[in-house]
Amino acid sequence: MAVMTCREAINQAIVEEMERDSSVFILGEDVGLYEGSFKVTRGLLARFGETRVVDTPIAEAGIIGMACGAAMGGLRPIAEMMTVNFAIVAMDQIMNSVAVARYMFGGQVSVPMVIRAPGGGGNQLGAQHSHSLEALFLHCPGIRVIMPSVPADAKGLLKSAIRSEDPVLFLEHEGLYAVKGEVPEGEHLVPLGVAHIKRRGSDLTLISLSKMVYVCLEAAERLAEEGIEAEVIDLRGLNPLDMTLVMESVARTGRALTVEESWLTGGWGGEICARIVEDGFDLLKKPVLRLGGADVPMPYNRMLEQAAIPGVQDVIARARELF
Amino acid sequence: MTLKNDCFRLGASELMRIYRDMVRIREFEEACPALYSQGKMGGFLHLYSGQEAVGVGVAHAMHREDFMVSAYREHGLILAKGTPPGPVMAELFGKVTGVSRGKGGSMHMFDAERRFMGGYGIVAGHLPLAVGLGFSILYRESDEVVVCLFGDGATNQGVFHEAMNMAALYKVPVVFVCENNGYGIGTSVGRASSVEQLYKKSCAYETPGSRVDGMNVLEVYDAVRQAINRAREGAGPSYIEAVTYRFRGHSISDPGTYRSEQERKMWKERDPIPNFSRWLIDQGYAGEAIIQGIVEEERALIAKAIEFAEKSPDPDLEELWTDVYADA
Ligand SMILES: Cc1ncc(C[n+]2csc(CCOP(=O)(O)OP(=O)(O)O)c2C)c(N)n1
Ligand SMILES: [Mg+2]
Repeated sequence: MAVMTCREAINQAIVEEMERDSSVFILGEDVGLYEGSFKVTRGLLARFGETRVVDTPIAEAGIIGMACGAAMGGLRPIAEMMTVNFAIVAMDQIMNSVAVARYMFGGQVSVPMVIRAPGGGGNQLGAQHSHSLEALFLHCPGIRVIMPSVPADAKGLLKSAIRSEDPVLFLEHEGLYAVKGEVPEGEHLVPLGVAHIKRRGSDLTLISLSKMVYVCLEAAERLAEEGIEAEVIDLRGLNPLDMTLVMESVARTGRALTVEESWLTGGWGGEICARIVEDGFDLLKKPVLRLGGADVPMPYNRMLEQAAIPGVQDVIARARELF
Repeated sequence: MTLKNDCFRLGASELMRIYRDMVRIREFEEACPALYSQGKMGGFLHLYSGQEAVGVGVAHAMHREDFMVSAYREHGLILAKGTPPGPVMAELFGKVTGVSRGKGGSMHMFDAERRFMGGYGIVAGHLPLAVGLGFSILYRESDEVVVCLFGDGATNQGVFHEAMNMAALYKVPVVFVCENNGYGIGTSVGRASSVEQLYKKSCAYETPGSRVDGMNVLEVYDAVRQAINRAREGAGPSYIEAVTYRFRGHSISDPGTYRSEQERKMWKERDPIPNFSRWLIDQGYAGEAIIQGIVEEERALIAKAIEFAEKSPDPDLEELWTDVYADA
């Protein structure tokens, strides 16, 4: 298997799907000539030309609305938002057009499009560029929300997303683009909505996704030194939400902690905890706990920013509260 | 380019201050890349080198109590509005003595006292804020004006058009200044806008639009001062496109390979600073020695600013939680 970065795996998925299906095209700011502001779309313009790799003006609402219309017209657009904070400029199109069209029109129309958007903190980009906004989209029925943590999943999930008949919000983490891993060649599909156990453990279930998976894995190693064996689940997305795997794990461990980079209040951890309690109260040895980002706009100062994002020590401290 | 001083006939001291301010910005910006690679700063760093004539021409045409609002390429603008370099540099260092207490960074500077009402990172997101500031001026029956600066790329956002329409509708005292530096990141104006002469975009709203040479500080000054006078007299908004060029990449991490060597060289020859100093000398406002002296003074001022930033403390960890709401 080839070893490559998340960036390259995403690029490979786009190339393969564009080769396979001529209705797939990509549009966004600086995706063509500039090859993407995170260089994810490198080589695409040269390979597929301007009709299929479309540089757009800075006009997020226009881009998402145009992609939605193109999808209704029979194409399969991949719309790139330079970061997820800019996707909220297009929130109206996402929530009032893309997500609702199929339902509102009685199932007559499909909107098979993917919105790719990087996000997350850690680069001192401040309060208008660094947030993790997946919970906003999770709240909205009609749109899938996918968040890979490793290159193989990035490729396999994106390929599935492009083939999905539903609109998919595909959230990449800026801090993971350079992470390397093995990636299967060719037809590698990871189904949407299937979580993955990254580490086995019998005492506690850590539930996370995207970059926080790495934080949980490191915390789990440290907890093991204290004799606590944590199971780490990578949800790989929030909609569809794989509660089956989560409940199986909690049935074995009896303890659960959600770990997210997004704001704790109204974050996805609360949703998962509620579902665990609703369906599995009797399985629990302790109340479920949440850990999330500080409920503040992201600060610029490095120390403050680090303090706003959950770290390994925070996970360990919260996990200990369960014993 | 021809520099002309026959419109408002600025005096020698004002002309020399214009020169000094442009030099200050250039020295400040050119000190940043080295500090960035030493890890003193983080995040994005969008430098203003090359565009000084726009910011300084604008700021000199404004009164102290007039408001300025801008995008994220704003170090030069906040300096032009009169904020001392120390707190601006300290903000880049993320220090508590920074203009936004280290919480904003390069893209989000603010100086309430000098009415620099913010640098904003969402392209065109601040345009309606300028309209609102203008509305507050009318409401308070005051005679301030607002100058709102933004890039060429911003004119393609929906909210640009909403703001232009509302500004004209409510006749707010706002001067919109588009800094057309030819590119939005790697996309040239012609590849992003159906109309390349961006000043034409205001005609749909019956707002006067004009184009000036953004490398010519006096031409910028004249146009902006006329527009400001008009706004102050209650005649409503105007829109000025200043054609300029950024000498560096979009941000510190951009190698800028999409611009040809020839193009860069052509614009370098139009550098607003040496052109203006040559004119000052030719017109007899200053001699070589004075011109060079100003450069040295400003360089020393920036060195002091760096020292101030270096020695300033980080914010306390408790500051993570302050200023989310009014009462905490
Ligand atoms: C809404 C939004 N979309 C995209 C971006 C990413 N971005 C940052 S700067 C920029 C280019 C802006 O170009 P322009 O308005 O010409 O200003 P310049 O950088 O040339 O000063 C883009 C696309 C953003 N900050 N906000
Ligand atoms: Mg520009």
